[in-house]
Amino acid sequence: MSDPINERSHLMNRRAFMSRASIGVGTAALASLLGCNLFRTNENGLITAAGEGSGGVLGLTHFAPKAKRVIYLFQSGGPSQLELFDHKPLLNQLRGQELPESVRMGQRLTGMTSGQSSFPLAGSFYKFNQHGQSGAWLSELLPYTSKVVDDICIVKSMYTEAINHDPAITFFQTGSQQPGRPSIGSWLSYGLGSTNENLPTFCVMLSRGTGRPNGQPLYSRLWGNGFLHSLHQGVQFRSGKDPVLYLQDPDGMSRQSRREMLDRIAALNQQQLDQFGDPEISSRIAQYEMAYRMQTSVPEVMDISDEPEYIYRMYGPDAMTPGTFAANCLLARRLAERNVRFIQLYHMGWDQHDNLPSAVARQAKDVDQASAALILDLKQRGMLDDTLVIWGGEFGRTNYSQGILTDTNYGRDHHPRCFSIWMAGGGIKPGIVYGETDDFGYNITENPVHVHDFQATLLHLLGIDHERLTYKYQGRRFRLTDVEGKLVKDLLA
Amino acid sequence: MKSSISSKVSKGRLAMAIAAIALCSVAILLPQCHNANAEEEPAFAGGQKAVPEEVDFNFHVKPILSDRCFKCHGPDNRTREGGLRFDTRDGAFAALGEAGGRHAIIPDDPDNSTLIQRIYSDDPNFMMPPPESNLALEDYEKAILKKWIEQGATWKEHWSFLPPKKPALPKVSNESWVHNEIDRFVLARLEQQGMTPNGPAPREQLIRRLTFDLTGLPPTLEEIDAYLSDQSPDAYEKVIDRLLASDAYAEHMAAKWMDVARYADTHGYQDDLERVMWPWRDWVIHAFRQDMPFDEFIRWQLAGDLLPNPSREQLIATAFNRNHKITQEGGVIPEEYRVEYVADRTQTFSTAFLGLTMECARCHDHKYDPIKQEEYYQLFSFFNNVPENGLIEPYGAIPEPYIKLSRKEISQVLTFINNADTLDDIPLMVMQEMKTPRQAYILKRGQYDHPDKPVSPGTPKSLGALPAKLPPNRLGLAEWLLNPEHPLMARVTVNRFWQQLFGTGIVATPYDFGNQGALPSHPKLLDWLAVKLEEDGWDVKAMLKYIALSATYQQSCELRPGMMERDPENRLLSRAPRLRFTAEMIRDHALAISGLLNREVGGPSVKPYQPQGLWEETTGGGGGSTSTYVMDEGDKLYRRSMYTFWKRTVPPPSMMAFDAPTRDFCTVKRQETSTPLQALVLLNDPQIVEACRVLAYRAVEKGGANARERIAFMFRLATSRQPQESEIKALAGYFDDELARFKAEPEAASRFLSVGQYPQKELLPAPEMAAYAVLANTIFNLDEAITKG
Repeated sequence: MSDPINERSHLMNRRAFMSRASIGVGTAALASLLGCNLFRTNENGLITAAGEGSGGVLGLTHFAPKAKRVIYLFQSGGPSQLELFDHKPLLNQLRGQELPESVRMGQRLTGMTSGQSSFPLAGSFYKFNQHGQSGAWLSELLPYTSKVVDDICIVKSMYTEAINHDPAITFFQTGSQQPGRPSIGSWLSYGLGSTNENLPTFCVMLSRGTGRPNGQPLYSRLWGNGFLHSLHQGVQFRSGKDPVLYLQDPDGMSRQSRREMLDRIAALNQQQLDQFGDPEISSRIAQYEMAYRMQTSVPEVMDISDEPEYIYRMYGPDAMTPGTFAANCLLARRLAERNVRFIQLYHMGWDQHDNLPSAVARQAKDVDQASAALILDLKQRGMLDDTLVIWGGEFGRTNYSQGILTDTNYGRDHHPRCFSIWMAGGGIKPGIVYGETDDFGYNITENPVHVHDFQATLLHLLGIDHERLTYKYQGRRFRLTDVEGKLVKDLLA
Repeated sequence: MKSSISSKVSKGRLAMAIAAIALCSVAILLPQCHNANAEEEPAFAGGQKAVPEEVDFNFHVKPILSDRCFKCHGPDNRTREGGLRFDTRDGAFAALGEAGGRHAIIPDDPDNSTLIQRIYSDDPNFMMPPPESNLALEDYEKAILKKWIEQGATWKEHWSFLPPKKPALPKVSNESWVHNEIDRFVLARLEQQGMTPNGPAPREQLIRRLTFDLTGLPPTLEEIDAYLSDQSPDAYEKVIDRLLASDAYAEHMAAKWMDVARYADTHGYQDDLERVMWPWRDWVIHAFRQDMPFDEFIRWQLAGDLLPNPSREQLIATAFNRNHKITQEGGVIPEEYRVEYVADRTQTFSTAFLGLTMECARCHDHKYDPIKQEEYYQLFSFFNNVPENGLIEPYGAIPEPYIKLSRKEISQVLTFINNADTLDDIPLMVMQEMKTPRQAYILKRGQYDHPDKPVSPGTPKSLGALPAKLPPNRLGLAEWLLNPEHPLMARVTVNRFWQQLFGTGIVATPYDFGNQGALPSHPKLLDWLAVKLEEDGWDVKAMLKYIALSATYQQSCELRPGMMERDPENRLLSRAPRLRFTAEMIRDHALAISGLLNREVGGPSVKPYQPQGLWEETTGGGGGSTSTYVMDEGDKLYRRSMYTFWKRTVPPPSMMAFDAPTRDFCTVKRQETSTPLQALVLLNDPQIVEACRVLAYRAVEKGGANARERIAFMFRLATSRQPQESEIKALAGYFDDELARFKAEPEAASRFLSVGQYPQKELLPAPEMAAYAVLANTIFNLDEAITKG
């Protein structure tokens, strides 16, 4: 053991990372914390020597992955499928009539409409037309999405178990309605590791919609690591001077000072390492280097001033305004270009209990152009093939009006039994509409897709068998899909 | 019947072996029921994947059976395959098949044991575990099972379900190393492995360790110097006594308990409205300060309201069971959430006091431990009788039941509550029992709207039934729990105290003493401590002092050659651990050494520095006081971190970076991670940068006349030791570089000195002052500054 690199790797192997492994934190943590590239794992999950790639806990994926990264455009609040993707002319014909009990079949209602004496059917205020080769019906609220309809796969038969926002979003993002489990991005970071040594593996951006600016809150646990190592947590990227919390040096400290400071810290920590041999110290040294690299790489990726004019035209005027959904979509592409594994956007404001016609139009306008632009932009860069893009919320909305139905106004309550999302790229079959709902837009009649099925399919596209990416915590092997979920093969290209 | 005792004679243990042989002859006449804690401790594998000479059922065999086999051959009879179960002796040795001609396990005959045939098979239709289970056995694990059967397949009951018995003290060779009984257990184990412990740590390291472990704060330089110069034989003990008598001790213990009790200042779901629970937190501090016996501490929190004529203090204690999250989301079904709250109390009870994962039995029988789904709901039913609503309505209401604490009673009776804002009628959620208990049911798949069979309050049979003389309510449950015969409560409690001082418990999984949990590194020591805790009247301070007085605790953390190879995880304690401080300790450390720390105890939670916009960008517009973060000013910026306002859906980011739990549920062990975000906090958080500036003022004012002395002063405050010459040299060189840079750019120096609200002091020209502040920040970013050696 005269080779110091081997020795350090051995020390790490033997203590820190084996002991961490004993509480379940494996080598993915190591790779990620070291900003990858320093170590890799052997078949037993032990760190062996320097090598390329970051190695998540899986080492090799279970299947050949179709997608290398994910951009998830989460639409928080429950977008109305009936004004966007699920064309139901019958609802316009039967406008104002009662929802038949034969359709409702005892479906649980939220406390917001369960006291309502009448459930008048409400057709969409907006027109639908067919688009693209697939002839998919899309709402006039989505003119840009309509143009990329042959690149995306619309799933009209999503369903969930939760009926309220907090449990429903938590369910989508973590596989459990109650807080405490890791989110999708954390699972991927844990399983697959990092592919960028200068940026976090799991990046998060938030934006507020204009449809209902004061609607539903978000919770930082949605991008939390749960019981996984905290290296797998989503790191929030924000507009403003501190794009990642505490990223910016204090006022008055130059980069030169910072660099020398870190060198001095490293040298003194190294002395301690030599004295105590505690591998935690070498890990800390590596952390400081990663932090320093992030201080350069994060502002670089956030600075969109080098984007050409036509890109701004693609994403729309909002893209110039930091913190908007459009600006975040553009940043998502930049992060994807840098091989960030999981890029999670949240766009708030889709909770249209009332004043739906005007509010949903504003929400749709917030996101339509930039979502479509992201598809086109990835495509023109040859990245759509290995980037999975997902667009959707936590549940759908009722086919009857919440509150009074008038010619120009109505609202819709939460509806878990069917709703629509779309996916594109990364091994998804393009240009199809999957699943069907009844003429009332209330029940699924064909090819239901449960949230856990969606999660299983997402993992599959990244090369992961959802039953085999597990983490043993408190004696039990947990996984994203809990004890359910099945791959939806029909969605695969 | 064989006993593994008789064949385990090792050097220096002859007397015990003779005793064991004598026992054996008795044992032959008794039904087979071994207690792990009465055994010799099994060979230590040192983290190696090796087959031990003597295979022990509890330590080597059952972990494999539990983890790879119980899922289909364990306690849950609904998913049991082929009628075979390995979680009970009868099940494991039963005849199989219709003719009953086969046995999974035939003692001494591995070749004819179907267990062995199947685990060595590569026929996918025959092999175990089956391929579709995604479980597999490693070769050495197969070899362990085989060897166990070869050696007679001795069965033992699960160690933690049998009451702790005071073990005999083991003999050791190196008597002079021993301070108290703890050391005998530790040393005997080391000597058994041919290992030796470390000698005592240097005094300055020791006082640092002790002060952080008992108070969460660093020792002052005066305290270090006093200890270094105190030559009396009880100098160390005096330090312990001083620390245990301090408010800081009580605060530190309370901070640990807040994790267990999932304390927060908000309700935790959706809009995450503010709640007032801090008077309960003040009571916890008070209880630790008074050294309230721990059994009483628990009894009051579980059932204070059910005690005869409960005092206000006893009622306040019951807020423990109201710290769970509560929703205000319009439209939810209240009963669904009410059931969640009861489930949360049940889980907290089992994690905190039983060290069991009872929640696994919410939807079905437990897969690994002897807990039936029915037993889960029997325990659940104790917590099911609160007159509460699952939904906060109207919006912003205080959830029933609660009491109001008047300003008068606080100032006259409940003086431990720091009513700093002189509020009147402080509302506090507490427990209350319905006159007619709510009927509890087994809930199918754990769902609130799928009741099955009704159940009444009861305790899991494997842990002992609730005696008929006890009332079937929370008070009876508390008495059952606190009975000296209870197999888990004292072990689980003392294990957490051990974890507080050593970083890792004797059982490394404090949340799981069941079949899937880690086995104790020192089973006899754990039992010794558990029995002692009860015998000494659950005296927490006495127990911490007893542990701190051991030679084991006082060892140095030196890593001698070969130690890492022999025992990488230091499970045998041949050295003291090196541990990073917790989130609270790190921030408090910075505040303490700068002199900024505000030592006020208790009171409403405070809002120190936090990056702007975090609450604002996630709010949905509701939430009232929690929609906008209004930072406090002045002294409130410098309170101990345990007083930082805890908004569950957006917890303080600098604390989260250092592994603070979200407080969504009971947590008995935090992660210990190292991440780049931690580096960014220590380098750039205004709270830390400001504290380092103020530390620099202190160094200039009191730390000496020149840069070397001042740097050494700051270094010593941060690490509790004098810097070595090489360290001083490196830092002084850096100081010169920074000074030159700031002199060239005095504007930058002024800006650097303006971070934070603390008024600037013009002790020196700005470039020099800024250079000292940068040095302070450099020193505080050393690994050693946030580490306990």
